Amino acid sequence: MNIIVPIKQVPDLVEELQVDASGKDLDREWLKYKVSEFDDHALEEALLLKEQHGGSVTAIALDGEDIDKALFAASAKGADRVIKVTGDFKGASNHTAAKALANVIKGMPYDLVLTGVQSVEDRDGQIAVLLAHYLGTPHISVVTGVEVAGGKVTVHKEYGGGVVAEFEASLPMVLGIQAARETPRYVPVSRVRQAMRDANLEEVAGDGSGVSAGSSISRMFKPETGGGAEMLSGSAQEIAGKLAAIIKSKM
Amino acid sequence: MSNSIFVIAEHLKGKIEDVTYEMLGKARELGGEVVAVLLGSGAKGLAGNFNADKVLYVDSPALADFNPEAYGKVIASLVKSHGPKMVLVGYTSQGVDIAAGLSVDCDMPLLAYANAISAGSVTSQLYGGKMNVESKLEGERFIAAVIPGAFPAEPGKGSGAPVEDVAAPDLSGLKVLFKRLIEPAGGDVDITQASVLVSVGRGIQSADNLPIVQALADKLGGALSSSRPIVDAKWLPKTRQVGKSGLKVKPKVYIAVGISGAPEHIEGMKGADCIIAINTDPKAPIFSYAHYGVTADLFDVVPALVEKL
Repeated sequence: MNIIVPIKQVPDLVEELQVDASGKDLDREWLKYKVSEFDDHALEEALLLKEQHGGSVTAIALDGEDIDKALFAASAKGADRVIKVTGDFKGASNHTAAKALANVIKGMPYDLVLTGVQSVEDRDGQIAVLLAHYLGTPHISVVTGVEVAGGKVTVHKEYGGGVVAEFEASLPMVLGIQAARETPRYVPVSRVRQAMRDANLEEVAGDGSGVSAGSSISRMFKPETGGGAEMLSGSAQEIAGKLAAIIKSKM
Repeated sequence: MSNSIFVIAEHLKGKIEDVTYEMLGKARELGGEVVAVLLGSGAKGLAGNFNADKVLYVDSPALADFNPEAYGKVIASLVKSHGPKMVLVGYTSQGVDIAAGLSVDCDMPLLAYANAISAGSVTSQLYGGKMNVESKLEGERFIAAVIPGAFPAEPGKGSGAPVEDVAAPDLSGLKVLFKRLIEPAGGDVDITQASVLVSVGRGIQSADNLPIVQALADKLGGALSSSRPIVDAKWLPKTRQVGKSGLKVKPKVYIAVGISGAPEHIEGMKGADCIIAINTDPKAPIFSYAHYGVTADLFDVVPALVEKL
């Protein structure tokens, strides 16, 4: 079972976001980045499948902010290979990113590609499905369960209301992971540092040319708060008093 | 290119999803011929109350339930043969598996997380609802993956439209097969029936802290619900999850405790009569949807509130 896991870094939303001087992008100077949480789940599911069935897990990422650290962390968690696709992918659309990933992945043996179902920056569509179509393989997104047996994969896709659709599919295929069956594992910084010394970060030149998003950002702005909430202030006791009165009046 | 707008109808368990009506209504407003695209098996009747000019209906046993591969193939073939100027797809579990593939197969630009659409531009809600991004299209044709709840549903309802049967393309040899729908396990509290919900998010930090919010729910005679990360971490069962992949709730009072308010969560609770948000981050998107907000530490305010009640 060979599993490839494309991962990417995204702005950490815990930080306050500001629009830059161009009015078309985030002010990225002080932004902190982290691995997209759904990619983290994809990696976890891949590692669990490898532990069950053997084989290998390869984490792959396009060059970008703090990407070496993300790949070394994947190595520390148990990825057998970590690959950085080099090139200028700054501000690349998801169409371009998916095409560049597909160009590298199509030359590799794989049974499954697992990646996050979405990220916070998917302006022009989700990577998993774009990638599947550039690779010419089937895909299922919003996946919360993956079981492999006898060359087939049984996949759980989540709908609203907790309803799940079960599919059976042949390999290879691309899955957009919503949640791994376990909480993504944590690795201490010391092990990431060790991976930085010991792991082999492979580099492959990438090319996502020939496709485009067909659109460009004309404006980025914070959503209007639409009236917004009436904010209550005071000490915890004072706030609690006001809240209690409001809640009682609405029940 | 034709002047038509395709709206990809979505249904689950024999019922049209609201996002379909929301998109039909928006398509009407945008102008041009509104064409609803319905796939299914013996499902023609589902189009009976569409506000559309035409319904394209494709019937096949392989389309009885949603299947990413089969639906993708059929919709791509319809878009190629009819050449609509615009295609609206829900940004839903089903729609995510349709929109991006359609973009590649039909070489049409796609804009996801759409919450506003006009002829030449689409606004996407990015960064967990913290930023809106307006995109200008290079050409006239595009696909938008529309966030459920972005537009009102009522304008999309009408008296139906002429249905044109379209033969399904060859769907033999599918690599993806639908097996069954699995309903959530019952037996837990039904949060959709609770008149008061205390809903907890990442801000609770640890499962050990859940009794703090449970105490508030108990005091109010309500139930404890949560955002997705709490369920993913298995701190609460799936039956307690509010949002896109969880349940839609409309309680009288919804108290969001330590929930930032990602669009996926908002989708499930914005219909509540009174929304109260407690969060340490004054910029949390939840405050845009709440009626009352408190920027404070939940570990101070919630126990104090339990005492006051």
